[in-house]
Amino acid sequence: MKSATQIAADVRSGASSAAAELERTLSVIAERNEELNVFLHVDIDGARAAAADVDARIANGDNVGPLAGVPIAIKDNLCQVGIPTTCSSKILEGWRPPYNATVIERIVAAGAVPVGKTNLDEFAMGSSTENSAFGPSRNPLDPTRVPGGSSGGSAAAVASNMTSLSLGSDTGGSIRQPAALCGLVGVKPTYGLVSRYGLIAFASSLDQIGPFSKTVADSALLLEVLAGHDPKDSTSLPEASPSLVAHVNDGVAGQRIGLVRELFDGADESVVTAVRAAAAALREAGAKIVDLSIPELELTLSAYYLIAPAEASSNLARYDGVRYGLRVKADDVTAMMEATRTAGFGAEVKRRIMLGTYALSAGYYDAYYGQALKVRTLTINAFARAYEQVDLLLGATTPSVAFKFGAKTADPMAMYLNDVFTIPTNLAGDPALSVPFTTGEEGLPIGVQLLGPGRSEARLFAAARVLEIADGRP
Amino acid sequence: MSDAISRDEVAKVARLARLILSDTELDIYTEQLGLILEHARDMNSLDLADVIPTAHPFGVTNVVREDVVTPSLDRDTVLAMAPDAQDHRFAVPRILGEAP
Amino acid sequence: MTLPDDWEMVVGLEVHTELLTKSKLFCGCQNHFGSEPNTNICPVCLGLPGSLPVLNREAVDFAMRIGMALHSTIAPSTFHRKNYFYPDQSKDYQISQYDLPINSGGYLDLPDGSRVSIERAHMEEDTGKSTHLGGSGRLAGADSSLVDYNRCGVPLVEIVSGPDIRSSAQARTYAAELRGILIATGASDGRLEEGSMRFDANVSVRRSGQPFGTRCEIKNLNSLRSLQRAIEYEALRQVELLEGGGVVRQETRHWDENLGETSTLRVKEDADDYRYFRDPDLVDLAPDQAWQDRVRAALSPMPAQRRGEVVALLREPSDAQLDAVEVVIDLGLEKYVHAVADASGDAGLAVARVANELAADVDHVANLSTESFVATVLMEQRGELSATQAKTVLGEVLASGGDPHAIAASKGFEQLSADTLGSTVASLIDAHPDEWQRYREGDEKLAQFFIGQVMKLTRGQANGKAVIAELQARR
Ligand SMILES: [Zn+2]
Repeated sequence: MKSATQIAADVRSGASSAAAELERTLSVIAERNEELNVFLHVDIDGARAAAADVDARIANGDNVGPLAGVPIAIKDNLCQVGIPTTCSSKILEGWRPPYNATVIERIVAAGAVPVGKTNLDEFAMGSSTENSAFGPSRNPLDPTRVPGGSSGGSAAAVASNMTSLSLGSDTGGSIRQPAALCGLVGVKPTYGLVSRYGLIAFASSLDQIGPFSKTVADSALLLEVLAGHDPKDSTSLPEASPSLVAHVNDGVAGQRIGLVRELFDGADESVVTAVRAAAAALREAGAKIVDLSIPELELTLSAYYLIAPAEASSNLARYDGVRYGLRVKADDVTAMMEATRTAGFGAEVKRRIMLGTYALSAGYYDAYYGQALKVRTLTINAFARAYEQVDLLLGATTPSVAFKFGAKTADPMAMYLNDVFTIPTNLAGDPALSVPFTTGEEGLPIGVQLLGPGRSEARLFAAARVLEIADGRP
Repeated sequence: MSDAISRDEVAKVARLARLILSDTELDIYTEQLGLILEHARDMNSLDLADVIPTAHPFGVTNVVREDVVTPSLDRDTVLAMAPDAQDHRFAVPRILGEAP
Repeated sequence: MTLPDDWEMVVGLEVHTELLTKSKLFCGCQNHFGSEPNTNICPVCLGLPGSLPVLNREAVDFAMRIGMALHSTIAPSTFHRKNYFYPDQSKDYQISQYDLPINSGGYLDLPDGSRVSIERAHMEEDTGKSTHLGGSGRLAGADSSLVDYNRCGVPLVEIVSGPDIRSSAQARTYAAELRGILIATGASDGRLEEGSMRFDANVSVRRSGQPFGTRCEIKNLNSLRSLQRAIEYEALRQVELLEGGGVVRQETRHWDENLGETSTLRVKEDADDYRYFRDPDLVDLAPDQAWQDRVRAALSPMPAQRRGEVVALLREPSDAQLDAVEVVIDLGLEKYVHAVADASGDAGLAVARVANELAADVDHVANLSTESFVATVLMEQRGELSATQAKTVLGEVLASGGDPHAIAASKGFEQLSADTLGSTVASLIDAHPDEWQRYREGDEKLAQFFIGQVMKLTRGQANGKAVIAELQARR
């Protein structure tokens, strides 16, 4: 499977064409999508038209952009004009947005070819895609196991060689966790680096869009296209997109990297071993490894599971059967809204809506939501203190390799604990990525997590590249 | 079973959130929410009285746009999305109470 | 109406005003009253999944102008979400300012010298509009409703007064004065009939010196008259209820203008739990000194000051003249009065002409330059035009512009010459010796007789003052 960087180079040079790359993608999708349930919708006609457009522009001598002719899979919580966008929820089934997410505009402007919408846990709430109203996706490396979530479909698309790139969103680990379980690079950028306009909100103060790819360089390439100020998002950072690809091979010589006990304590032994081996590899490449403890991180799971549901309870109020999406008929408007929401939302979404509604309600706000916001302050301060001592942090992405279907569905808390290492950085608004490093049980991939202060993406990619090389992917 | 939230409170929350729960669902959610809230009580192990809450990690202020009119959506496109429309408006069954 | 002795009403007003921005509060859709339904809507104001709000700078400027006019403190503020399900609200939450409004504190001084405190003046978005089908067209009894989201997301400022108002008349004066201020700031057109200003009144009653009673909120009053009548009715209702041994229930009430009474709209419920929290899609708003200074510099004087400046031009103004001044200020037309005062030193006639002739055709004042107005009034003051003629000239200029001298000339108004007037008066004295004799002996009423006769002979072209001058010269 060619990297996106290679595809774009080939398409630009004429060694390949956007049409040829797309047909290869479509044939893999045709072969494997039924088994893996990766795509909820494949936009064959639209993708062919987009590829033809890229080829025509190249024939015309136009500069087509850094993603020329690269097929890309889109998580189905990103709005694309005229393309069914469901969030894997029955409540949005059949809805076709009349507008594009900013990231869609940007990848298309960069020459990429969006091929379709990928499965996710309903409204991005979950860690396995088992909460999708349209059935779970399967892990291409072992179809009896979950691909992770919530961006499981986008991870599976790349892991199954359907595409070399995909877009996900990460609220508490929804890119990094499936990247780890599927053996991919997955990036949660600094909050505000990538516009959220057109990303269907789960928890607005935590959500960020980011890339999946097999190589570090491909993620850097895609993130450069995604990043940069967007006037349509009030929480978009004011600056232009940073230079990332140019720094991928900067290495880690002289960097101080903190190995954070709270970011791997309690993980399976194979995962802990992988994290320690990653630390050794980084040391080997010239980094100074510092053992750190950040005890505040132990409270972040609790804070997250109040803050994210609180915001979600409000973000998901608009699905009321009045303007778009599902309506279940009833005699009066309140009964109609209740019937619609009851029929349209799955169990996990309802659970989080209720949790969030409760955490914000009179009499409980201070004890729950208010307290969680204070823990968020502590988390931000704790990370800031750590970054006074070191340049980056290292830990595990997930406690284990990919788990079997049904293993954690009975107990919500067990599922939530999957996110324990990825959640802290969302609360802080800082960037982090997961990069595959060694394998664990049954040869399944393990992801290690690199974290950095705000706007440190270039440094993160350089460190990830060091691990990629050390893991035998030069 | 946790006492963090009562069955009645779960029922009240469901009403606030416009969700209908069966008796079985009420039982299940009461237990599950109880366990999650119980876990959340570990935050109370800290003295947070003097900590300023952070609602948002984004430090930029005063983000505004100029007062310029931009094109609106095509009405037919928008109303085609609606479950029910009439006279160029979104149609809903009768509204029982006034807005607050 | 008065409340029985020893009862007192306590009233606070919440006034919502739409802002005169071109676009909505958080999106670029047109902010326009009267468009075809659902034509000013976009992903943001329609609450489509994935859309995000971005604050309109002009709305912030208007909000600050209002705050400055009300002597409020402008402070760093945030936007919250008020969560409740309702079909005219596209996101099922309203973005509003909650614990940190842009303007807090302040006061409004009324013309009678009383002061009403302002608690806050904050920004929020308006909701859409529902039309009810079946029944009487009102919500109650309707079979279904149709929603138009054109108004959804239109910027509002809500001005909350302290519970300082003690009579329905004072409430009305406060509302009228506030309306004048909102118009003066340029933030609002003050068009009550279009709903661009709406009043909610919190009314309670108490025996003098006692603590506040339970209050009821009368919602959506849309004229000054309704406001005054509704408060009067409601206060009396509460007193009667309490004197009869009943209790006032905290509730929202509706004013029926035709029946002239209030009725229960909704009882405050436990379910009113709006779960306010900071909107994570918007950032803090903290206008710095430079921004505030720029807004303040653009602020024109408020009605109270302008009223004072016009009144100062009048010598011992009568009540009728003060009322006329009110009209002048209300319409923002005092520049005409000032121009005349600068030219001739006498503003009384100018006030009358503005409050009557200009007010009657206010849509066309743009056709009337201050120079033309001054010229017309001076002609009248000098007796070159009669009052009737001056009004005709003004009407003409308002309707289609033009030079007042030329219009007067073309109408044949341009002067009944002093000679002609003199000979007309002389011939009338000859014709009416008895009346002339009585006038000479001091019966001033007979001046009117002669003026009438002159007018008849000259078909209204003479000026009354000029006639009197002629008569006195011959006395
Ligand atoms: Zn709009």
